Amino acid sequence: MQEIPGDLKFNKSHEWARVEDAGTVTVGISDHAQGALGDLVYVELPSVGDTVKAGNACAVVESVKAASDIYAPVSGEVIAINEALTDKPETINEDAYGDGWLFVIKPDNLADELEELLDPDAYAELIEGDES
Amino acid sequence: MTRKTVLNDSHRALGARMVDFGGWDMPLNYGSQIDEHHVVRRDAGMFDVSHMTVVDLHGARTREFLRHLLANSIDKLKKPGKALYSCLLNERGGVIDDLIVYFLAEDFFRVIVNAATRDKDLAWFNQQAKAYAVDVRERADLAMIAVQGPNARDKVLGLLSAATREAAAKIGKFVAAEGDGLFIARTGYTGEDGFEIIVPERDAVALWDRLRAAGVAPCGLGARDTLRLEAGMNLYGQDMDETVSPWEANLGWTVALDPGRDFIGRAALEQQQADGVARVMVGLVMDDKGVLRHGQRVATPLGDGEILSGSFAPTLGKSIAFARVPAGAYDGLQVDIRGRLVPVRLVKYPFVRDGRSQLEG
Repeated sequence: MQEIPGDLKFNKSHEWARVEDAGTVTVGISDHAQGALGDLVYVELPSVGDTVKAGNACAVVESVKAASDIYAPVSGEVIAINEALTDKPETINEDAYGDGWLFVIKPDNLADELEELLDPDAYAELIEGDES
Repeated sequence: MTRKTVLNDSHRALGARMVDFGGWDMPLNYGSQIDEHHVVRRDAGMFDVSHMTVVDLHGARTREFLRHLLANSIDKLKKPGKALYSCLLNERGGVIDDLIVYFLAEDFFRVIVNAATRDKDLAWFNQQAKAYAVDVRERADLAMIAVQGPNARDKVLGLLSAATREAAAKIGKFVAAEGDGLFIARTGYTGEDGFEIIVPERDAVALWDRLRAAGVAPCGLGARDTLRLEAGMNLYGQDMDETVSPWEANLGWTVALDPGRDFIGRAALEQQQADGVARVMVGLVMDDKGVLRHGQRVATPLGDGEILSGSFAPTLGKSIAFARVPAGAYDGLQVDIRGRLVPVRLVKYPFVRDGRSQLEG
């Protein structure tokens, strides 16, 4: 299991959020989540310009085994999507916290919503029960 | 309570992701189920299938019993070692289970049934066997390893004694040989050549380790499912059950309506055939991105159907499925994927044969 980078925040539903220097938020799924889903074969991303709301489903990742909704960790406008995943969804399996990012949000209400997310220690504790 | 096969510790030592399957703690994959799928199509992989139930039937009237019990004709088995695939039907023609039966001697046949249906199958065997004085004996002392792929047979043969190797090398498809304490059948659930090996539990770990050392890759139930779907093989509980007849599950080829044989479910099957079958099972392929999955609605001009087994097909790089649709609905099919209607093509299956796509040409 990959180590959890210290600069990430997490949803209980296993999405990660990274606040970039520019104040934008990059979103992906955790290494734990990709492991549980297994080989990813299809990613349905939002469109650039879409408005997303924290806690709402805004993307889908599908593995051979299951389809899983992706919930936005923060509210705002989608300003970039990882188009490379269309042809290579397995990038998420290989590098969930890096090249396997899903999309970037320009947040509306970052300070308040960030409070609601889990820090790496709290997330590690959450998933501990699932590890086999 | 979750049951474990004798290979459970071996799976865990290999880092397998474990999953509950029909009450058994089984390996889903050992890393990537897509890699495991490809290794079976291209080389050799092995599956722990010890959760499946081996039942030995003994008694002078065993053949007569099976003539009555099975929808396929046991009289197709004339030489010891030969195997037959058949449905086990209830009186309404619904499928209780699908199974493989081996003819070993006139007073000894071996049946292999699914894990999830073990209890009801044994109860049914016992109920029906009384009239024929057939002894029904579950062989919980046996484990089973399926070794599959274009190089599977060679890798197994290299581990056998000279005499057993000679016997196992010459058996045809759907035939079993015995030797070295093993029951070696040229059968499988992947669409590739290979063996299913029944081994006493006490020898199973050693056999597993020797197969690994011979270059056979451990593969989980995830790969087993995509391999069998590509190969066009039904999964009990998903593609058929007690509410579905063989006519509705594309298993008509396994029903033998030989004259004068009164098997359980025959009258119902003949009635359905005379009335016409309203639903049929078809193969679908989706050219768009996305994955067909069990339970999705199939919209057709003649009414709705549903996806039975559906998955991503690693050999094809797209999604395939079995679906049950109204008879005659062969064009204009669409699948409801999260509220979006996506066109699908009806195709003949197997989708993959001998490692190659059957979709083109």
